[in-house]
Amino acid sequence: MSEQYPALLVVVPLLSALVVSVAGWVNKRLCFPIAVAALGVTAWSCVGLLLRVLDEGVIVYKLGGWTPPMGIAYYIDYLNSLVLPVVSIVALLNLIANKKGIEQQFPDKTGPFYTLYLLMVTGLLGIVVTGDAFNLYVLLEIAALTGYGLLAMGEERAPLATLNYLYMGTIGACFYLLGVGYLYIVTGSLNMVDIAGLLPPLYQSKAVLAAFIICMVGVWLKMAFFPLHAWLPNAYTYANSAASSLIAPLVTKVMVYVMIRLILTVFTPEFVFTTLAVSDAVVWLAVIAIVMGAVLALAERNLKKMLTYIVVAEVGYMVGGAWLGNRDGMTGAILHIVNDALMTLCVFMVVGNIVYKVKGYAFEDLQGLFRKMPFTMAALVIGAMSIIGVPPTCGFFSKWYLIVGAISAGHYGFMAALIFSSIVSVVLFFRVFEICYYEPFADHHGHDNHSGGMDEAPVSMVVPLLIVAVILIVVGLYTGDIVNHVIQFAIPEAMV
Amino acid sequence: MTDLISMVVAKYNYWIYITLMMIGLYAIIAKNNLVKKIVGMNIFQTAIILFYVSISVKKGATIPILEHGHGPDAHHVVHAVDYINPLPHVLMLTAIVVGVATLGVALALAIRVYNNYNTLEEDKILAQIREK
Amino acid sequence: MNMETIISIKPLLAILVSLLVVPILVLSGKRPNVREACTFLAAGVKFLIVLSMVPVILNGTQIVYTIAEVIPGVALKLRVDAFGMLFALVSSSLWIVTSAYSIGYMRGLKEHSQTRYFCFFALALSATIGVAFSANLLTLYLFYEMLSFATYPLVTHHQDHEARSSGRKYLLYIVGTSIGFVLPAMLISYSLAGTLDFSSQGFLAGTASKPLIGLLCFMFLFGFAKAAIMPFHSWLPAAMVAPTPVSALLHAVAVVKVGVFCVARVLTGVFGTNLLFSLNLNVPIIYIASFTIMAGSLIALSQDNLKRLLAFSTIAQLSYIVLGVGLLSPKGMTGGMLHIAMHAFGKITLFFCAGAIFVATGKKNISDMIGIGRRMPVTMAAFFIGSLSIIGMPPCGGFISKWYLVLGSLQAHQMTILFVLLTSSLLNAAYFMPFVYKAFFCRPEDAMFENKVQEAPAFCVVPLVITATISVILLFYPQPFLRLARMMVQSITGV
Repeated sequence: MSEQYPALLVVVPLLSALVVSVAGWVNKRLCFPIAVAALGVTAWSCVGLLLRVLDEGVIVYKLGGWTPPMGIAYYIDYLNSLVLPVVSIVALLNLIANKKGIEQQFPDKTGPFYTLYLLMVTGLLGIVVTGDAFNLYVLLEIAALTGYGLLAMGEERAPLATLNYLYMGTIGACFYLLGVGYLYIVTGSLNMVDIAGLLPPLYQSKAVLAAFIICMVGVWLKMAFFPLHAWLPNAYTYANSAASSLIAPLVTKVMVYVMIRLILTVFTPEFVFTTLAVSDAVVWLAVIAIVMGAVLALAERNLKKMLTYIVVAEVGYMVGGAWLGNRDGMTGAILHIVNDALMTLCVFMVVGNIVYKVKGYAFEDLQGLFRKMPFTMAALVIGAMSIIGVPPTCGFFSKWYLIVGAISAGHYGFMAALIFSSIVSVVLFFRVFEICYYEPFADHHGHDNHSGGMDEAPVSMVVPLLIVAVILIVVGLYTGDIVNHVIQFAIPEAMV
Repeated sequence: MTDLISMVVAKYNYWIYITLMMIGLYAIIAKNNLVKKIVGMNIFQTAIILFYVSISVKKGATIPILEHGHGPDAHHVVHAVDYINPLPHVLMLTAIVVGVATLGVALALAIRVYNNYNTLEEDKILAQIREK
Repeated sequence: MNMETIISIKPLLAILVSLLVVPILVLSGKRPNVREACTFLAAGVKFLIVLSMVPVILNGTQIVYTIAEVIPGVALKLRVDAFGMLFALVSSSLWIVTSAYSIGYMRGLKEHSQTRYFCFFALALSATIGVAFSANLLTLYLFYEMLSFATYPLVTHHQDHEARSSGRKYLLYIVGTSIGFVLPAMLISYSLAGTLDFSSQGFLAGTASKPLIGLLCFMFLFGFAKAAIMPFHSWLPAAMVAPTPVSALLHAVAVVKVGVFCVARVLTGVFGTNLLFSLNLNVPIIYIASFTIMAGSLIALSQDNLKRLLAFSTIAQLSYIVLGVGLLSPKGMTGGMLHIAMHAFGKITLFFCAGAIFVATGKKNISDMIGIGRRMPVTMAAFFIGSLSIIGMPPCGGFISKWYLVLGSLQAHQMTILFVLLTSSLLNAAYFMPFVYKAFFCRPEDAMFENKVQEAPAFCVVPLVITATISVILLFYPQPFLRLARMMVQSITGV
């Protein structure tokens, strides 16, 4: 059984998506249990894979028994075995938490929604697990197309925002495909490991350079790296909460994973950081991304949109960390994929709960929430602490590695940007907390006037949220183990 | 000048795909009508398909079907030079499917937008959003 | 320093007690008596756990416990040494007293959201003990930030406009400086030395150039803004909008002392006395501290709001501690560390008195309190004792720490500092004594209070009598605080 985990984690959600879409015609109530079961199995196989990799090292799984470079192979190494459980667990928890929200928002379309949801997860997991450059493109588009569908199911402005995302997403994916084409011209292979083996004599080739740059631009477009971020805030803001809390944590992070995969496995750090020598410029771009993300977030008077700009800033963290070109920075970037996925999930799930109860996410709608929804707000506080970077939440530790990496690379601009964004995050979140905390009755000195009681979201929404909040702290405390047992081996030893 | 011309002529397939790509990109960025943007996007995708197809072409080569793949004469040496590379074509079949799917989703979204705003001109839609 | 160490979970338990009581407090929110009994229980248990470690520490042994290895070379780790024990003892014992006082105060004023209040109070105490027992800079930072955020709802308890603007100021100063200065300084130190564990002679010596060390030193000094060293002091007067028990325990003992404790810890454990000496960094530190002492005392003179006066007095007194440590002479450091305890008992008494007056009369300003001593004799007597302790006169504990500071400045040949210490004592007297005098001795027609004004409820009065009494006792029996301070100084300087 455990031999087939790599296939299971893509096949199970894919087939169950079909089953769900059929079940939707028969009985709508069947969809949710099937989807949860499918994602449960997927999460189980992902965790199983991580444990196997910890035990045995890199696993090569040949799809259909065809050997690479002819057949498509799934490479499960330390890098993606870490990202896989994150993706699947985020998807599972978010699905459970949003059951009520989905039923509330589109009572007639639950079947199609779950189908798209499962297909999206299939695509994301496939991107992470595949070892084939072209296969990655196809899965990229599977994730993207289903993502457009999910995001468009939202407010009035959602279809237009999604359409803008679709143009950008398609251009990004096409750029990636074009880059892969150049790689294919020079190497004649699409297998990532194979390409990496064939490339070193060709490092000076202009075609390789072009391939790398085109791939990077494509990936940056898809991850909303400033200034290519314009599609993200609207698309995520106007979508329904279930979709935005699946897509916001995962899509950008998976694309960062793709970037790191390209740097570490396909092009190798030697080419990217030594032969190319543009890393300094990219880190400065990341600095601008972080600063602009933070400043643009400050300008918003709307919780969900503010969070989307924080996502833009966080992308800057990871790109900058990866391009610092040293071990600490790369460790920070990989760790931040995990942490940022979890903390973004946490804050977006909070928005989901708020929308479910209050029917809005503008700042004016948030008054008195600490009294009305104490558990949801507690989770928001923990998520905010993680984004600000307060120990022992996990966000602190990835920031730690990123800053240490910046110091050892001598890139103090990046360090200053990280500190700046931490301070801005304090302002951002405490502005929200103030609104939630000071109530309309704040003008007269309050004595014993407990106006109104709790009005918390349903248990099925709060419990997964609190689990995520606890995970934020637990992951923080286990940072040492994650770095020592997983990430350390994900980075080639040549990288110091 | 002649150098440039000979360079363009020698690698005309690249120049065509780049031109197509730029046309598509221009349409996506500059056009005001949503359907024109979608068309631009499709041109963009097609450019890349063209690129893939053209790179597998070889002079004097034929389609990659072995004439005597079976039967008594099957055991003879295959010269790769005689056949064009089939792999990019196969890949592009997938890419075409992806392109069609993208187009479908895009058009569906455009219909949703039209239902909401009764127009497909972006500036008019934005004006309506601003009014609200 | 090869001190004997034993591994024990006790320090973690001491921290967790008040953390784990929070859910119980939340659940018993509807029944105030159960809730407050739980607070007492937690406070008592915490104090007993801390107390049970005292004999071990006095024997010269350290207690160590590692929570998690989070970053190579840096673990979340607790270590109890003499200095940490001194601080933990002060704050955990005063939590018991303050809990009693809180009950009287909060019920007396019928404050809203009392459950929230008690929960965050417990949380703040966890963080305080955590700071006291931290073995390295990361753990210290963790609990320092936890304390910053846990005290925010306490400072802004009234939830009105004034609370909001004070809350903003509070966060801006405290969190802004800790993220803006301490975090980068900590990361640079880690990059330089590869470790963050406090050691008796620091770990930065020989790792960086002089200017960088100097820069780091000031980043830490100002970064721990809870120490209220000027110009990062103005959050403290602003934080006085909080209910008085919060001001009493947090803004006279826990929070501000955490600030100076961190400064002292970093100066001795990260830089080390030898490094500071060799770079002459102690000179700017003591002059900054002296400036804060003088300026704080002078501003206090002009205050009419009693709590604001006490806040500025606290700002000045905190810098005594920084000054003592900055002197780098054994007697000066002993005095500085001892002042943490002595000032705590004195100042908490004063705050309790201010709160008791507010509960009984609703008055906040000194000019409205003429003749109060005749109506509330016990409270004002306690206030008199507390102010004597702050001024540094016998028969109060404040005398000992100030005496050591004076000796320390002589030992370090800093005559200017001697002058600063004596002048500021005079200033202390100048802002406390007129008030005390007018409270007791005024013509009957000037007295502002009717006969019906009485002492505050017993829950308010008993705690302040206790702390005033302890203030006096500490002069005659300054153990174990003096012994702990001496042990710490001995382990640092070898004298």
